[in-house]
Amino acid sequence: MNQPTIIAVAIAYLLLLFAVAWLVEHSSGRLSRLTGSSLVYTLSLAVYCSSWTFNGGVGKAAQTGLDFLPIYLGPTLVFALGPILIRKILRISHANRITSIADLIGARFGKRASLAALVTVIAVVGLVPYIALQLKSISTGFLVLSGGGPVDTAGRSMFADGALWAAVVLTVFAMLFGSRSIRPGEHHPGMVVAIALESILKLVGLTAIGLFVGYGLFDGFGDLFTRAARIPEIRSIFESSGSHYGYSWISMTFLAALAIFCLPRQFQIMVVENVDERHLNRAQWLFPLYLLAINLFVLPIAIAGRMMLPTDTDPDSLVLSLPLATAHPFLALVAFLGGLSAAASMVVVETTALSLMICNDVVMPALLGVKRLGLAEKPDLTRLLLWIRRAAMIVIMALGYLYMSHNSAQFALVSIGLMSFVAVAQFAPAIIGGLYWRGATKAGAFAGISSGFLVWCYTLLLPSFARSGAFGMDFIADGPFGIALLKPYALFGLAGLDPVTHSAFWSMLVNAGAFVTVSLAARQSPMERARAAMFVDAVDSGEAAQIWRRTAQVPDLMSLAVRFVGREKAAAAFESFARTRGVDPATAVQADAETVLFYERLLAGVIGAASARVLVGAVVEEEPLGVDEMMRILDETSRVIEANRQLEEKSRALEAATAELREANARLQVLDQLKDDFVATVNHELRTPLASIRAFSEILRDHPDLPHAERLDFLRIVVTESERLTRLINQLLDLSKIEATGSMPAESAPVDLAAVAYESAAAMQQVFAERRVTLRTEVEADPAFVVGDHDRLVQVIINLLGNAAKFSPSVRGKAALRLRRIGEELELSVADNGHGIRAEDREVVFERFQQLGDTMRDKPQGAGLGLAISRRIVTQHGGRIWVEAADGGGAIFKIRLRAAPALQLSPAVAAAAAS
Amino acid sequence: MVGLFAAGVVLLNPPILGLVGGTLFAWPALYLYLFVVWALVIAGVALISERGGGPPDERDRDNARR
Repeated sequence: MNQPTIIAVAIAYLLLLFAVAWLVEHSSGRLSRLTGSSLVYTLSLAVYCSSWTFNGGVGKAAQTGLDFLPIYLGPTLVFALGPILIRKILRISHANRITSIADLIGARFGKRASLAALVTVIAVVGLVPYIALQLKSISTGFLVLSGGGPVDTAGRSMFADGALWAAVVLTVFAMLFGSRSIRPGEHHPGMVVAIALESILKLVGLTAIGLFVGYGLFDGFGDLFTRAARIPEIRSIFESSGSHYGYSWISMTFLAALAIFCLPRQFQIMVVENVDERHLNRAQWLFPLYLLAINLFVLPIAIAGRMMLPTDTDPDSLVLSLPLATAHPFLALVAFLGGLSAAASMVVVETTALSLMICNDVVMPALLGVKRLGLAEKPDLTRLLLWIRRAAMIVIMALGYLYMSHNSAQFALVSIGLMSFVAVAQFAPAIIGGLYWRGATKAGAFAGISSGFLVWCYTLLLPSFARSGAFGMDFIADGPFGIALLKPYALFGLAGLDPVTHSAFWSMLVNAGAFVTVSLAARQSPMERARAAMFVDAVDSGEAAQIWRRTAQVPDLMSLAVRFVGREKAAAAFESFARTRGVDPATAVQADAETVLFYERLLAGVIGAASARVLVGAVVEEEPLGVDEMMRILDETSRVIEANRQLEEKSRALEAATAELREANARLQVLDQLKDDFVATVNHELRTPLASIRAFSEILRDHPDLPHAERLDFLRIVVTESERLTRLINQLLDLSKIEATGSMPAESAPVDLAAVAYESAAAMQQVFAERRVTLRTEVEADPAFVVGDHDRLVQVIINLLGNAAKFSPSVRGKAALRLRRIGEELELSVADNGHGIRAEDREVVFERFQQLGDTMRDKPQGAGLGLAISRRIVTQHGGRIWVEAADGGGAIFKIRLRAAPALQLSPAVAAAAAS
Repeated sequence: MVGLFAAGVVLLNPPILGLVGGTLFAWPALYLYLFVVWALVIAGVALISERGGGPPDERDRDNARR
């Protein structure tokens, strides 16, 4: 195939990709919705498979067998941890508008430029070989396809140098894809879709070659393996067990696992270009599946290549040579395009990510720091940003090309790639530590990353220069100045490991060790602690805004944002932000801390966290947290705690009130039960006399011939029962009357208690005589006037005397009625020598419906109303009634009433009393 | 998921890897072993993440936020 055809096809293919990207970004139809699909996200993640996978994997397999696989097993394992690790990175990055790996580390350990710049420098130095690798692979492929084999490029003219052309073309494409315009958040939907398309082509290309090898050149894969097994040296590659891979297998798995989130291009695609966190759910198994699919045919292709091609064929170009050697140029072209896709996607994304980092974390902070340039005052900086990025892309590609033309012959693709992996792995301790360890400090991160990087330079980068002839090979063989202990491939005598494993071990050990030691030794500033909490706990950053007391005018911030983001985008972003906070965007003038933070993040999305901080700082009046301020925040916190405590107290009080209510309810239920019992009792009490009256009346009616004595007897019973019935009804009436009249006695006239006592005693004389209970009446105060109702007071005393008669034992029963004056009061007491009343019942007896004794066993001796009525009457007279234990057993009821003042007595009454 | 990760780390690395060698039905046994275990790990992750997309409460929170 001639060169112009190949170049035309390649350029046409790249143009097609660009057209797709352009359509995605400019149409509003189905194409632009593609970016919102988890499948596109997954496929774009496959930018991980660079031409190293496509060509280098086969080359590696042809030489050493299956140890190309750990590079894909590592990411698979990390994606199994997707929900824990990757999701956390995603959330934090989205919340803080982080646009690159340098931003992430910089934001975690303080938005100072130094650390982010260090990360950027390491990324650039570490990845230049990787980019060189892609160029080399393209140029090799080009040569193989056009000339039928790799040729020494040294003698050819500049124009025939495929790598240079590739570098130029890819730089142009990277600029077109990655730095056409400035957008907040650095989304490049067009680029993502184009990458996804290329990923499909990669997979199709390699699978096509695989199937062609399996079924076109051999009779199925079984046949291929059977025939390969006949050649001893090939057999030894794939039939041996995995044991001889040893440490290098583990270290490659480890490095690949770290690289999947530390490589700038992976971070760009996985985090920055991610539009929906839920895409990760699908990607965490679909992406590993893609890796599996693309590697499925690598070993068969490699074996077939070893068997069918001359031994001096470059193993890295087997994929192309195989179809060519068997006269299938079209298939070779497909394979070439696959390899081109792999290389192009990797280079485009990597340079985009790196140029972002260089621009935002190195160049802009530096330029903004130089006051004389006055950049902070320039009206429109978007163009400047774009040109810085484009320049950065050119520089990166130039470095890559120089490295390649200087170094290319010495290394296989895989070992160059692994060198870059070790370099970016230096970020891992700081990232993982920063996400999960509160104590990680900026000093620690700085020490870890820089020391790890130095070890990497010494053990991998310098030897690679040495091997390419920059300085003598004896640097590797004997160590610098002949010091064997410092041999770069066997540092401190650690021999027996391959260079990559050796370097990975030492650099990661030094890195993690320095990170942890310095972090533990250094003290965190309050600001650092706040930021650590923000990352480790992934708290809502709105709260964190309060920590910085910053105020500014919204128009100032707006004009700042407009210069970097563009007027429309800035206005739209602020409007939606203001709406979420319920503020009218048109009238908001004073920006609080949260608004300032919003602007800082908006800017960070375009120019990186470090630059945004510098810029916003110029506008904002930022007061470092003074002691006063700290005290205020503490005060607020303690006030919140206090409010919280009060709330708890209130809820406790509420609980108590609820308990009281419940108790009251229980009491009500008891009372309700009592009322029911009372009604039943009254019912019974009314029915019993009625029943006997009726029974005896019927006997008298039906038996007119009854003897006279018997007849009289029956009539007497009828009369007694009628009286009892009347009494009961009277009592009930009394009770309801007393309750209705309230606290005033029915009549209020002067009443002589002594007379009342004598009258009552006389009335009850017969009852006591019947029960054979002696009643003693002692009246010590005579006359004893009170104001009240004579009849009611008589009723009370008769009731008390009736009880005394009832409860005193027959025959030897003794009751006493006493009246005496105690100070301003008169005391009436009725004592008996019955069973007495238990202390806990002494209040209960005065309640309505209450009768002492077991109602089930004893026939109730009253309606249980007497004492309740008595208490009400006494209360109405302004006195009190209670019961005590009497001296000789039994109970003593006492009533105290206020004596009437002498002047209240009219002379007539006084005279009557005297007479 | 963490369990799958741990299982993957153990099964796909030496020294377990050293136990597999020779051929199986004329295919290299190590080749078969690696791809089968790999596929199983992926299937496990797929099963877990497609069943509910993580713990349901987390998903609800995500939806609420959007």
